[in-house]
Formats: sequence, C-alpha cells, structure tokens
Amino acid sequence: MNAPERRKAISRVAPQEISSSDDATGAVLDAVDRAIVNRLQGGFPVSERPYAEVAARLGLTEKELLARLERLLAEGVLSRFGPMYHAERLGGALTLAAMRVPPERFEAVAAAVNAFPEAAHNYAREHAFNMWFVLATETPERIGEVIREIEQATGCRVYNLPKLEEFYVGLRFEA
Amino acid sequence: MSIDAVDRAIVAATQAGLPLVPRPYHAVAAQLGLPAAEVMRRIERMLSDGVIRRIGAVPNHYALGYRANGMSVWDVPDAKVQLLGRKIGALDFVSHCYHRPRLLPDWPYNLFAMVHGRSREQVEAKVAEIARLLGEDDRGHAVLYSTRILKKTGLRIVA
Repeated sequence: MNAPERRKAISRVAPQEISSSDDATGAVLDAVDRAIVNRLQGGFPVSERPYAEVAARLGLTEKELLARLERLLAEGVLSRFGPMYHAERLGGALTLAAMRVPPERFEAVAAAVNAFPEAAHNYAREHAFNMWFVLATETPERIGEVIREIEQATGCRVYNLPKLEEFYVGLRFEA
Repeated sequence: MSIDAVDRAIVAATQAGLPLVPRPYHAVAAQLGLPAAEVMRRIERMLSDGVIRRIGAVPNHYALGYRANGMSVWDVPDAKVQLLGRKIGALDFVSHCYHRPRLLPDWPYNLFAMVHGRSREQVEAKVAEIARLLGEDDRGHAVLYSTRILKKTGLRIVA
C-alpha cells in the first residue's frame, strides 16, 4: 500500500466514538498478528531486507509479514509503520493545549480547531477542560501564532501546556 | 547533531510510513535519487542521535481493546517533580509521562501520566497505584477520560 492509500485508511477510522462500556475489541487478531504487534513496536532493522529478517524471527515468510502489516494498517490496528521522529530534534515544536468549550458550541469549535493543519490530534475529554489537542509546527515561533489564531477563530481561551520535561514516552501496548 | 536538507527529504518521504516492499530503504532512496547505502547510513545516524525515536509499528490502542484512556494529572511539589516523574514514568502501565506548567488558578496540575486500560475500573486501579506511590506528594489529582477522537492525523513535521 502506498502512502496516500495508507493515509486514506487512517482517516477512515476517525473521528471515532469511544465506548468504554463496549468490551468487544475493534479487530480480531490471531496469534501471529499479536506477535507482530507486540514484537515490532521498535527495533526494526536498517538493512537491505529488513522485513525478511523480522519475518524469519517470527517464523514467517517476508511475503506473509508484508501482507499482515498491510492488513493491520488497513484495519486500523496499526496507525503507522515506520520511523517515529522526535519533532523538537527536527527543529519543529509540539505542544498540548486545552480549552473549556461551552457544550452547545462544542462541534463548531472542534471543526474550527481541526481545520488548522497544525492540529495533529484532538480529543474530547470528560472534564471542565473538555477539548485537548496537540499542535505540531515546523518552528517553535509558530506555536504562539497558531494559539492566537485558534483563540480568534473560536472565542475560547487556549491553555498552552508544553512539556517541560519528558520522563517516558513509549508504547507498551500488548495485543 | 544537525539535520541537513537530505535528512529532511528522508524524513518527509518516511513520516507517513516505511514502504511495505521487500527493500523499503532502497525504495525511499530511489524516490529521492540517493544511493540506498546513504539513506540507511543517515537513518542509522538519526536513530543514534535520537532524531528517530524508534522504527516499528504504532498500534492503535483502541483497536487493541484499550478502550479506557485516562489522562491522569497530578499536583506535586515543583521541587520533587523530576524525581516523582521518573518514578511514575517507570511504571509499565504509563505510556507517556511529562512535566507541564500549571496555569493558576484554573489548572493546578504539573505532572501528566497517560494510563490505558481495557475498562475504567482497570484505569482507576492503576491511578490508585500512582496515588499510593506519590503518598503525601499527591496534593490533588484528576483523571480525564477521552470520550471521542475529534482528529487524529500522524504528525506532519516536515512539509
């Protein structure tokens, strides 16, 4: 699957309702899928035939592994496969921002925030601060500008909560 | 550590993902008109410099059944936030842990720890474990559950 197709597959699953009372998982995974998800969250080789190397470790053929990865991406079990970049070390900037949005204006404000290409993730949360989004910009200066623009577009104050120190960022999800 | 234009081209070509073909780095190299060995060498260097955190699969935790997604936020003494942050970040059920600013009087919390579970009961049990660990340094906390994903795109860091 090429990149544009993969992006389409991701956008198909969002926006997404989260039901905490729903015990059913979204996808049915067999033991091989679980092994792929659990053992490929990092450490993918940089070599000529990396999929073949990993496949051998999992007791699969290269072709089987590629087909499984393609399916796991298409089904949204994996949201990405590839290098995870450290935004700040690329010269860009990230921040977490929160807003207290009046419930009757929630959908309109969400649409206004989401319209900014700098808004990477946006979540509704149960709290007086009910909208939480991550801004990713190419330069640190742009963060402040986008925040002002969002405040103008929505009429809501944006609380900027950039990380001051990172203690752990990892993924330890077990399938 | 610095990133040049060739590195940025590699980042731009791979930020949506690595091609699912037998020789993915060769595919990226061909797309950029670079030798494959150079692409691999630069990716190795970005890994060792921490520009690339890791290479691999990013699971969608909701699809794996982790339906309860609680952002736990804590008001801890500023002088101890680093010590406590390391302790909390080391817990195997915490996926992200950050020190962030308070914005008084509206927002008193300075330590954030993401806790995921298959149910809210699971998340509550884990939050209780954090509270026990913090003891009297827990001067107040809250858990903000996500109820809806309004937008989720991969980070587009480089245009």
